[in-house]
Amino acid sequence: MQEVELSDILTAREDGDYIVNIGPQHPSTHGVMRFVVSLKGEMLEYVIPHCGYIHRGIEKMCERMTYPQIIHLTDRMDYLSAHMNNEAVSLLVEKATGVEVPERVKYIRTILSELQRIASHQLWWAAFGMDMGGLTCFFYGLRDREHILDIFEESFGSRLLHSYVCPGGLMGDIHPNFQKRTKEFIKYFRKKLPEYDQLLTGNVIFEQRTKGMGIMSKADAISFGATGPVGRGSNFACDIRKKFPYSAYDKVDFKEILYTEGDSWARYKVRVDEMWESMKIIEQLIDNIPEGDYSAKMKPVIKLPEGEYSQRVETAKGDLGVFVVSKGEKYPYRMHFRTPNFNNLFVISQLCAGNKIADLIAISGSLDLVIPDIDR
Amino acid sequence: MNSVGKYFSDIFYGIKSLWKGLMVTGYYFVHPGTIVTQQYPENRKELKMFDRFKGEVILKHDENNFHSCNGCGICQLNCPNGSIEIISDSVPNEDGKSERIIDKHIYHLSMCTFCGLCIKSCPNDSLAWGQEFEHAVFNRDVLTKILNKPGSRIKKVPKEPKAPKPVTETVPTSNPAN
Amino acid sequence: MPFNIYDFSGTTKAIDQFLYAKMPPTWAFVTELAIVGVIILLVYAVVGLYLVYAERKVCAFMQNRVGPNRVGKWGLIQTIADLIKLLMKELVVIRKADQLLFNIAPFILIIASFMAIAAIPFAKGLHAVDFNIGVFYMMAVSSIGVIGTLLAGWSSNSKYSLIGAMRSGAQVVSYELSVGLSLLAVVIFSGSMQLSVIIESQANGWWIFKGHIPAIIAFVMFLIASTAEINRGPFDLAEAESELTAGFHTEYSGIRFAFFFLGEYMNMFIVASLAATVFLGGWMPLHIGNLAGFNHVMDFIPPLVWYFGKTVFIIYVIMWFKWTFPRLRIDQLLTLEWKYLLPINLVNILVIAFIVLMGWYIK
Repeated sequence: MQEVELSDILTAREDGDYIVNIGPQHPSTHGVMRFVVSLKGEMLEYVIPHCGYIHRGIEKMCERMTYPQIIHLTDRMDYLSAHMNNEAVSLLVEKATGVEVPERVKYIRTILSELQRIASHQLWWAAFGMDMGGLTCFFYGLRDREHILDIFEESFGSRLLHSYVCPGGLMGDIHPNFQKRTKEFIKYFRKKLPEYDQLLTGNVIFEQRTKGMGIMSKADAISFGATGPVGRGSNFACDIRKKFPYSAYDKVDFKEILYTEGDSWARYKVRVDEMWESMKIIEQLIDNIPEGDYSAKMKPVIKLPEGEYSQRVETAKGDLGVFVVSKGEKYPYRMHFRTPNFNNLFVISQLCAGNKIADLIAISGSLDLVIPDIDR
Repeated sequence: MNSVGKYFSDIFYGIKSLWKGLMVTGYYFVHPGTIVTQQYPENRKELKMFDRFKGEVILKHDENNFHSCNGCGICQLNCPNGSIEIISDSVPNEDGKSERIIDKHIYHLSMCTFCGLCIKSCPNDSLAWGQEFEHAVFNRDVLTKILNKPGSRIKKVPKEPKAPKPVTETVPTSNPAN
Repeated sequence: MPFNIYDFSGTTKAIDQFLYAKMPPTWAFVTELAIVGVIILLVYAVVGLYLVYAERKVCAFMQNRVGPNRVGKWGLIQTIADLIKLLMKELVVIRKADQLLFNIAPFILIIASFMAIAAIPFAKGLHAVDFNIGVFYMMAVSSIGVIGTLLAGWSSNSKYSLIGAMRSGAQVVSYELSVGLSLLAVVIFSGSMQLSVIIESQANGWWIFKGHIPAIIAFVMFLIASTAEINRGPFDLAEAESELTAGFHTEYSGIRFAFFFLGEYMNMFIVASLAATVFLGGWMPLHIGNLAGFNHVMDFIPPLVWYFGKTVFIIYVIMWFKWTFPRLRIDQLLTLEWKYLLPINLVNILVIAFIVLMGWYIK
């Protein structure tokens, strides 16, 4: 396996290399991502990912926006984990200004994070099945995701980009039907999730395509910084909900899913098991939401005291970190997001070398990349 | 012998797993009642969004064409990308003093990111979410809307008379002249 | 032997004599060719169009959606609208591509499937040619189709197409073995390769019932191998949409793309009719041994309906495979053929030969 040097990242290694460009427009790269792939017959020699096609300058834009205004930008980074992104910035602001949010807010934020995690994994399952060639998986995953999106739409008004969790609490109270709908959804999804196993997980074709493919050792996972299901599939215990609990995670009882094989199959199983665990977490919280305010009293203009602050949150893809340098004004001086997809992407050059093209698609599907998160 | 056994058990395991997958799709094929598609343009009459649906930002008007926007511009300050422009005017009110009223409340639907900060920060609670979702147009200029309807005025909330201060007997404490 | 099945050979002979009586022999011959050609063209076009529609509807129902339902009642005219659209598209000329090969590649595919349809018996006496090596002829003619695929991919001068064509070539050539061997199973049972004789020999029951277990094994293997032959279903990595955009027919547009598309569906029809003819009795109604009463009742349903019913059933099974399973990778595909299908086929043939010798089957 060849090591990829930074200097030759744009040109073919030798003249005889058969270079194929996959992307930026491609049905299965899940966004605008370009893979420069060098082939020998069907075998891949090296894969170089080129990102940056959807770079919008979010971190720079944050430098001239107040903290409540930053929330709607973070929605659009990893749009499948919108709540968790919002929660990261909100928790950071609350920690820095020393505001204590009501218990009700903590419970609701946790329930929303877990619902969002299930929705993100449903879409991942749908897209993964489609990349493998089983096109019906796409429709089943999306059909079940519609229920969660209906829950969101009833309470916040929008399905994908909510901008709901804000510094101080929430933008408004949840709808009275929220608890009933969530409980109905959990009952419905508990019956449907075994169907996913019947259709894809237990399938012999699928097993042979994912078992033993793209093995990543634990040392590699740690050195690349691959967190989330990618890291936990390689036995790297990196769940922020367990290590640095926030919101109501210290009050619930759930397992951290770890698999030791480190191949695509392990990463797949981690996500499916995480869906079961999320349902367990929601069930523990949904009936016990304490009454109270939906927001703490914040000043109209939020100014963070001078200094550096950071906050980590577990999104559906991994460990999202927010870092703010504040000069005491209402705008941050510098805001940086450490996104999980960025680190998860670059393991691909290591995992794919020596496999076939079909495996490139399978492995990148098991990494669950959302490209806007990489480029911000 | 072991490998022969494994050969056949592989075949049976494979066929069993494939059969289970076939049963799932076969079930949905013979149950057309599980179809979830909505026939969109035909079902417009029954189609009703949720109450809190974020269709667009509107200025609330009551049945007499009164709204409660006084042109303060707080929504314009809070909007992250300049989707709101407030054009206000100064008119003399009944006391003779000049007072600010709203002339045009311009809302650029094409730029709005639906973050909701304008609605949350309005001190008079005059903005709200609308239910209209069919915004596709052929000309982008149509998406710049003026939210206050023609001929509408601000609803004057009559000022409550100030409660009289309770009169207390002031006991002279000491003579400042001393 | 069923007595009240209408024999089309009477009609065809009557037309033949009428033409030869009216015109000089050469003209009569040419007219006959023209009539047969036009009928087969019509059958091809209509069946092809409605197979595309059927696939879209079947896959929609499996995916909890409705499928085409706007153009015409229940969307029946959808494919015709698509065909008109494809006809009006620009035929993109690629300067660096090999022009001659690029242009004739779609035609080779179509010609191969036309030749195969000519040999299929739709009802008693209703077929264009009836060779005494019918089965062998069908196999040989379907193998010509792979040349079309390879030429298309190679002459497009595009890396994606080349990869797709190479994969497809390896796949089709390997699976032809299994197709041939599975068909050989019924040839051994019935003792002849002529398609009409094979059907007549199923007058007291279809081979899938009469040949009990080995015939069922041969049937399952024929289904799997022929799905791979026609580049369909879980074996469609030659045109894997999510991997290589469109594989060997990426560079084709307009009517040429329509030919590839239609050719794929007609190949499916041919393979399904071959399975129906050889294993399920073709136009022969379901008879059980010598139960004269039951057989008499079954004979009332016209043979054409029997034939199309069986073919449609097998087409449905092939579509079911495609929309349920993920795609196989090239090495898994070749493993399946060379390590599983081929050995089992060979052993099956041995077993069948032994059974026929000992007479342990329903004659």
